[in-house]
Amino acid sequence: MASNESFYDVFRQQGISRRSFNKFCSITAASLGLGPAFAPRIAHAMETKRRTPVIWLNGLECTCCSESFIRSSHPLVSDMVLSMLSLDYSEVLMAAAGHQAEAALQETLRDNYGEYILAVEGNPPLNEDGMFCIVGGRPFLEQLQEMAAGAKAVIAWGSCASNGCVQAAKPNPTQATPIHKVIRDKPIIKIPGCPPIAEVMTGVVTYMLTFGEIPPLDRLGRPKMFYGQRIHDKCYRRPHFDAGQFAEAWDDENSRKGYCLYKMGCRGPTTYNACSTVRWNDGVSFPIQSGHGCIGCSEENFWDNGPFYERLAKINTPFFVESDADRIGLGAVAVVGTAIAAHTAASALQRARSNSNAAKSE
Amino acid sequence: MATTSETKKAPSGFFAKVIHHSTEVESPASKIYVYEAPVRFWHWMNALCIVALVVTGYLIGKPLPSIGGEASDHFLFGNIRLIHFAAGQLLIVLLVYRIVWAFFGNEHSHQLFLPPFWSRKWWGEVWHEVRWYSFLEKTPKKYIGHNPLAQLAMFTVFLLPLLNLVATGGALYAEGEGIDSYWYMAFGWVFSVYGDSFNVHTVHRLSMWVIVCFTMIHTYLAIREDIMSRQSLVSTMISGWRYFKDDKE
Ligand code: HEM
Ligand code: HEM
Ligand code: SF4
Repeated sequence: MASNESFYDVFRQQGISRRSFNKFCSITAASLGLGPAFAPRIAHAMETKRRTPVIWLNGLECTCCSESFIRSSHPLVSDMVLSMLSLDYSEVLMAAAGHQAEAALQETLRDNYGEYILAVEGNPPLNEDGMFCIVGGRPFLEQLQEMAAGAKAVIAWGSCASNGCVQAAKPNPTQATPIHKVIRDKPIIKIPGCPPIAEVMTGVVTYMLTFGEIPPLDRLGRPKMFYGQRIHDKCYRRPHFDAGQFAEAWDDENSRKGYCLYKMGCRGPTTYNACSTVRWNDGVSFPIQSGHGCIGCSEENFWDNGPFYERLAKINTPFFVESDADRIGLGAVAVVGTAIAAHTAASALQRARSNSNAAKSE
Repeated sequence: MATTSETKKAPSGFFAKVIHHSTEVESPASKIYVYEAPVRFWHWMNALCIVALVVTGYLIGKPLPSIGGEASDHFLFGNIRLIHFAAGQLLIVLLVYRIVWAFFGNEHSHQLFLPPFWSRKWWGEVWHEVRWYSFLEKTPKKYIGHNPLAQLAMFTVFLLPLLNLVATGGALYAEGEGIDSYWYMAFGWVFSVYGDSFNVHTVHRLSMWVIVCFTMIHTYLAIREDIMSRQSLVSTMISGWRYFKDDKE
């Protein structure tokens, strides 16, 4: 399968015109925040670089990442990216099935050892020796480790691969584990989100294929250009937040006026993602614009940091089965206040008694 | 300058001194200069900052009822946060100042940071204080600096939660400043300790309640001891001088 074709050669074979190619390069430069000067650089890289195979594995997941990816808003972008990926192996998109598919995977592994990019959607469950997720007759964990060994870099698609997501929420019966905990010797790029935004996914792939290196990452391993700011930092409802104008209920006047959803549990202030800038479905909207608070789907533990519609997280305590910081805090204040009152009374009593004792003895 | 006088000779050696200044003195002079001006200044400024931080911090998590009108005419929540951030930064500066002073001030200036956990005598007196507050001990002992129980409380339920608040508060502030800011360089590591940003909010808020409980007990006991013990307290934190009531001529 190894070929010496460049990306550009492949595009031309797919019937993509030079003009469309140039457009794609500018769109990508813009979405990566690189500025117009980078469009020619992307074009140059695409023309000269040998096409890098991308292998796409699916573990314990719901396929929303694949669904998002193939809906990359700009049809051009999806055409480009799909032809960029050598779809030798992608359970959702490949033509082959069964033994043929497994054979294709082995072939890519052999021919491109150390060269390909491994894109992982979903995560391996470790409990019961990985029996909760079987691919091609063996635990996904095995397939993942085998394919990771020959990869140049690994992309963790979505919250499953990056953080564990719903299957890793407490009590995590299958012991679903984010991939960075089982692959330790390869650079891993995390693209969290449930699912991640299509343009973010294609942008990252394009960056890696054209520049031949991983994009600048933040301290959690997420590309800075898309995960460098919180939803809240660029939210169009932010002026209402600063003014103190909040929706108090889903159907109140304030919510109709488009006030800030902070009191309704919006997780925008604690969530790093590009939704408020890139938005979804060709820039049509994003959750907050549709009147629903952010649930923080690209953050670690977002399932356990519930409830989604309350500002303070629930905390499980041994005494109160479910509680939150304020209920615990105010409870403690009440106990301390009562104790102080009782102690004051006892102190006054004792003082009165010792005073009268002193008076007697004089 | 005020002179500090103690009737018993202080032991030599740093650690022996730490214990000496945290445990009972048998017969001190009737008045001793204990808290130097920087400690007193820090105490009251810090208390002021904490009051402002607790009020604004509470409102950040549970905002006031929504207001109407044009968003461009108001900056209510913005101002509440501004006061919080300003007081928070002032508190950090004051804390650094207080830590630096612990190196230059008198022996009582490092009591807050260095309870003599290794001293049996000190633990014995912690226990004595517990008994005194439980009405099991008739006569309180006399201390030049903090009483041992107060010292233990100041370290565990004030200093440690405060450092936690500074770390988590700095981290939350760094998020607003951006991941390329100096704030993030200084406080980004907090997210490795507590995980996601939402959890850092929860930890920050829980630590606030610890400090609130400390302040209630602390204020109550300061006033109570002023009345019931054999030494002055509240006025000591104002003037710096400790008076021993039953040694007055
Ligand atoms: C005694 C010290 C402090 C107390 C009691 C305190 C209390 C609080 C509380 C209760 C909250 C709301 C948390 C929530 O519900 O999400 C908060 C938020 C915050 N605090 Fe503090 N805090 C203290 C010190 C600091 C310091 C030193 C800083 C650093 C500058 C700081 C920065 C912040 C920030 C940035 C937020 C988040 C504001 C937002 O999300 O809009 N705090 N604080
Ligand atoms: C937010 C409020 C407060 C906090 C966080 C606080 C904290 C502290 C701390 C850390 C110390 C030890 C000082 C050191 O060694 O450097 C101290 C001492 C002291 N504080 Fe406060 N304080 C607060 C409010 C008050 C109030 C309202 C009073 C008066 C009623 C008070 C009276 C005292 C006294 C008398 C001492 C000296 C105790 C002694 O001599 O052993 N404090 N406080
Ligand atoms: S709606 Fe959410 S993200 Fe937008 S300003 Fe309000 S809290 Fe922030």
